Amino acid sequence: MFRIVRKEALKPTVVLFEIEAPMIAKKAQPGQFIILRVDENGERIPLTIHDYDREKGTVSIIVQIVGATTEKLNHLNQGDCLADFVGPLGKATETEGKKKVCVVGGGVGCAIAYPVLKKFHDDGAEVHAVVGFKSKDVVILEDKFKSASSVLKICTDDGSYGQKGLVTEALKELIDAGNQYDEIFAIGPMIMMKFVCKTTEPYGIPTTVSMSPIMIDGTGMCGGCRLAVGGEMKFACVDGPDFDGFKVDWDLAVKRNQMYKDFEMHKHEETCNLYKKEAK
Amino acid sequence: MANMSLKKNPMPSQAPDVRNKNFQEVTLGYTKEMALDEAQRCLNCKNPQCMKGCPVMIHIPEFIAKVAAGEFEEAYQIISQTSSLPAVCGRVCPQESQCEKYCVRGIKGESVGIGRLERFVADWHNANVTAAPEQPKKNGHKVAVIGSGPSGLTCAGDLAKKGYDVTVFEALHLAGGVMVYGIPEFRLPKAIVQKEVDGLKALGVTVSTDTVVGRTVSIDELMDEYKFEAVFIGSGAGLPMFMKIPGINYKGVLSANEFLTRINLMKAYKPDSDTPIVHPKKVAVIGGGNVAMDAARCSKRLGAEVSVVYRRGMEELPARHEEVEHAQEEGIEFKTLNNPIEILADENDNVRAIRCIKMQLGEPDASGRRRPEEIPGSEFEMDVDCVIMALGTSPNPLIKSTTKGLEINKKGGIVVNEDGLTSREGVYAGGDAVTGAATVILAMGAGKTAAKAIDEALSK
Ligand SMILES: Cc1cc2nc3c(=O)[nH]c(=O)nc-3n(C[C@H](O)[C@H](O)[C@H](O)COP(=O)(O)OP(=O)(O)OC[C@H]3O[C@@H](n4cnc5c(N)ncnc54)[C@H](O)[C@@H]3O)c2cc1C
Ligand SMILES: Cc1cc2nc3c(=O)[nH]c(=O)nc-3n(C[C@H](O)[C@H](O)[C@H](O)COP(=O)(O)OP(=O)(O)OC[C@H]3O[C@@H](n4cnc5c(N)ncnc54)[C@H](O)[C@@H]3O)c2cc1C
Ligand code: SF4
Ligand code: SF4
Ligand code: FES
Repeated sequence: MFRIVRKEALKPTVVLFEIEAPMIAKKAQPGQFIILRVDENGERIPLTIHDYDREKGTVSIIVQIVGATTEKLNHLNQGDCLADFVGPLGKATETEGKKKVCVVGGGVGCAIAYPVLKKFHDDGAEVHAVVGFKSKDVVILEDKFKSASSVLKICTDDGSYGQKGLVTEALKELIDAGNQYDEIFAIGPMIMMKFVCKTTEPYGIPTTVSMSPIMIDGTGMCGGCRLAVGGEMKFACVDGPDFDGFKVDWDLAVKRNQMYKDFEMHKHEETCNLYKKEAK
Repeated sequence: MANMSLKKNPMPSQAPDVRNKNFQEVTLGYTKEMALDEAQRCLNCKNPQCMKGCPVMIHIPEFIAKVAAGEFEEAYQIISQTSSLPAVCGRVCPQESQCEKYCVRGIKGESVGIGRLERFVADWHNANVTAAPEQPKKNGHKVAVIGSGPSGLTCAGDLAKKGYDVTVFEALHLAGGVMVYGIPEFRLPKAIVQKEVDGLKALGVTVSTDTVVGRTVSIDELMDEYKFEAVFIGSGAGLPMFMKIPGINYKGVLSANEFLTRINLMKAYKPDSDTPIVHPKKVAVIGGGNVAMDAARCSKRLGAEVSVVYRRGMEELPARHEEVEHAQEEGIEFKTLNNPIEILADENDNVRAIRCIKMQLGEPDASGRRRPEEIPGSEFEMDVDCVIMALGTSPNPLIKSTTKGLEINKKGGIVVNEDGLTSREGVYAGGDAVTGAATVILAMGAGKTAAKAIDEALSK
């Protein structure tokens, strides 16, 4: 069993969990993820490793509460245990040898972007960051981003904080201002990553994306996480999650992620109703 | 006096129309009377041909004689000398091409129902004997086993009985390998596999689930830091193959592994499971092996109309005869001598049809099977909303890519000598990870061989 040693709601629907998992903490690298199951009937869901403490033997994840499983997870508290927690899965992000990079994060993707950004920073690169949120009240991790980047642009869709507009616009401004990046690293909703690639492609700046298809085992056994990348079939859980963004077949990836949409909506409702009943 | 009936005692089963709507076991097992009667059919041959067909050489006439005498526990003890998973093998062994193929009673009439008797004996033991195994005295040696399929469980069990301190590392959250994630409940109830795993734990084996070797911990770390003196790799052949045809990534195209894992491991067919599963109306399962049969029969149980699409003929289906028969009884259609060439989708990328081409059988190829050839101009479309690819699997490259000096053959299998020793000192391997997709009994046998070799090496 994997104990929750700390739970912190960064925002009402964005929650950080620090989990006791010494073997994973020992091996974790930025860019890797874990798969967890909340309980015996639970679904296996992938979540990126946000941070790790090798000495304490803990791994932190930041979860956006979107559906049945993340809802269930959010009903656990400090001291409770998760049925399963396995990792670190996937390949680590390659951060070495870069002089100047720009990390682009969207929504809860920023939680995932942070360890990568920090690793670029620690490995000696000059790091710029562009992070986007819906509005001011869901902005997370601002201080952490500030501490590891020399330029930080925060964008909100409604202009309630930072710059109004999309991350792609802010990114374009930075590039047009003459910043020469060795690499752009984009992480967030698929649709955002797709448009980051569309933005950077004309400039020919190598752009890496962190893909998040539907997964089950995370070991290369089911092929459910497969993507078309440069015309080849890749399994995101073992070949990724990072891929060359110019080569990803985005339309297919976006659609494949909606495979179980009806089931998910139904299950989410069911779970919410259950918790409502319990609360009465 | 032997029972000279030419026919095997038939296996009691759920009626096809009932069972194709539930996930309970299809075959119900012999009653005591049937077992006694069937055992009388064995001639107790002096030179038993049947044993030659059994990969682990179970002492077949001896155990059957005990069944005939009504001494079921004695029969069990005889089987246990060579097999650790009789309740499993009695159910899923391809008996018709192994032990029963060589049985002399099969020359005129049907062979003795060896598998059915083996299952009866194992089930009888499980139901009637509860003696807790004695905790063997520890000998102070530590061995790591990677993977909890039949090869890993067997290797772990044999070593634990000799006093080794054994830890089994399993990537998934449940131990059992293909026996829990692949083979469905209706062929192999999961309670049987669980009993085997519980038995190992009672022997003192530690089962560490949620541990992916190569990620959570490497083989080198297991040996250098955690001080395991030997490692057995029984990681199976879990990597699914897909056809290289257009449309392979549309919504509604799944590998059999994904489909079966959602159903068997995640229990997605039960309403209280949080894991989603497709509920297709018309399914095409591509392939003709056991995996294809399992995927087809699971689809049927989810309420779909199911066709098996296979490029050779009925005769060439590699699946067990019994599985094909069961599938046909359950209303699954076999579209043999057809090969898919494209998957078609609607505007939302949902599968709507597959385009196939008709095949004919030409001259035998290198494998001795007649090579399927396309009939030009015979393309046609089949309306389906789900395509399940059951084309076979190969060994997962994760361990290879994270272990230095481990020799691998062209097909991705780990290279071993007759003792199961790999190119790395102290590292052994067996089962599907070595041979590619094979059978439970072969994997079990490989686990036994390696356990013996490890014991010999470490007790020097
Ligand atoms: C490698 C990887 C890393 C991830 N890291 C994080 C992370 O650090 N933090 C985080 O909050 N989420 C992350 N995700 C997404 C997370 O796995 C899903 O949000 C989660 O599975 C939703 O489960 P649910 O039952 O609560 O919601 P569901 O009911 O399953 O889904 C609710 C909504 O989320 C969408 N969704 C479902 N699965 C995914 C998925 N795999 N990716 C994106 N959207 C999905 C659905 O289409 C639906 O609209 C990651 C996904 C992957 C593959
Ligand atoms: C659907 C299906 C039906 C079948 N039907 C039959 C049948 O009727 N009769 C028959 O005899 N055979 C059948 N087989 C074949 C049989 O199941 C296999 O040959 C047998 O299970 C192989 O055993 P194994 O121990 O080598 O590996 P597996 O049973 O494959 O077990 C390997 C285990 O290792 C784990 N693992 C893999 N990599 C790692 C890692 N890096 N770290 C930790 N753990 C890891 C896996 O998660 C898995 O649990 C079937 C197979 C399938 C898929
Ligand atoms: S283990 Fe398999 S091959 Fe051997 S006797 Fe039993 S059923 Fe036959
Ligand atoms: S060959 Fe057939 S009849 Fe002879 S011992 Fe074996 S099972 Fe019995
Ligand atoms: S999640 Fe199953 S292969 Fe990637």
